[in-house]
Amino acid sequence: MQDLSLHILDIVENSIEAGAKKIKIIINENTKKNILTLQIKDNGKGMSKKTLTKVLDPFYTTKKTRRVGLGLSMLAQATKEAEGKFAIKSKIGKGTTVAATFVYSHIDRKPIGNMAETIIGLVAARGLDVVFIYTHNKNGNGFTFDTRYIKKELNNISITHPDVLNYLKKEIQKQLKSIGVST
Amino acid sequence: MKKLKIGDLEKIREKVRRTATLRLGKARAKVTVHMGTCGIAAGAREVLSALLKEIGKAKLKDVIVTTSGCAGLCSREPMATVEITGKPPVKYGDLTATKIKKILHDHIVKGNIVNDYALAIGSERTH
Repeated sequence: MQDLSLHILDIVENSIEAGAKKIKIIINENTKKNILTLQIKDNGKGMSKKTLTKVLDPFYTTKKTRRVGLGLSMLAQATKEAEGKFAIKSKIGKGTTVAATFVYSHIDRKPIGNMAETIIGLVAARGLDVVFIYTHNKNGNGFTFDTRYIKKELNNISITHPDVLNYLKKEIQKQLKSIGVST
Repeated sequence: MKKLKIGDLEKIREKVRRTATLRLGKARAKVTVHMGTCGIAAGAREVLSALLKEIGKAKLKDVIVTTSGCAGLCSREPMATVEITGKPPVKYGDLTATKIKKILHDHIVKGNIVNDYALAIGSERTH
């Protein structure tokens, strides 16, 4: 994975496969404290304690299509490379939270990447039945993109309509730029 | 922290309403972009974005785009499956933004399967 936005897309796809109907993505960039944190929180089916001990093993997966499960282990590896930390919490029937921290200025810290493309890709594919809440902060400035609010404003127009998606993508790009996030 | 201000959403809403397109549930075609770790690492997001952009450009109102996990053929990612009502699904592999645009215009719009990129038709036959 070239950047964090691709890791996020991958982890959120796991949440969707776990039946999540509400997924929160929170990114905090703090250049003064030299830390970048990201958190993905879902209300999917959750995992047992036993499964949780195995999720970072690349050769463990619950999927039937192949024998490897690389998504979480690759994100954990990315945090390790940037002297960060990786944590995962889960409870059966409640959901899962994945948290990753990175040393912001670390030479091996992956760039944020194109978050607008990640969020709009998710909304296009799953926005009708999954709520996405994306919060991005940088040094105290930030914004929240909440599909519940947008759907309400759209009033019966589909959030997956191409014109709407195009508009929302530009809005996210604009907001990211306004808080100083380079994509 | 502020909530994303969608100032022009009303304009968009009215524009969409004028063109009378409620896309909910009335699709003629569905495209599933495979978004497993393998697909994403191979460029599936770029394929998805290109597809969405092209659907917007072509003003197609009856195409649903969705995602799925790994299809089990990681070496041929990025992959997508095209389903047209009444026709067997077609799996395409080794996709790029350019290839998915061709698939959209040739297969989804005109109904001609792009044999050069197709991996399988239906669930059994391959070619």
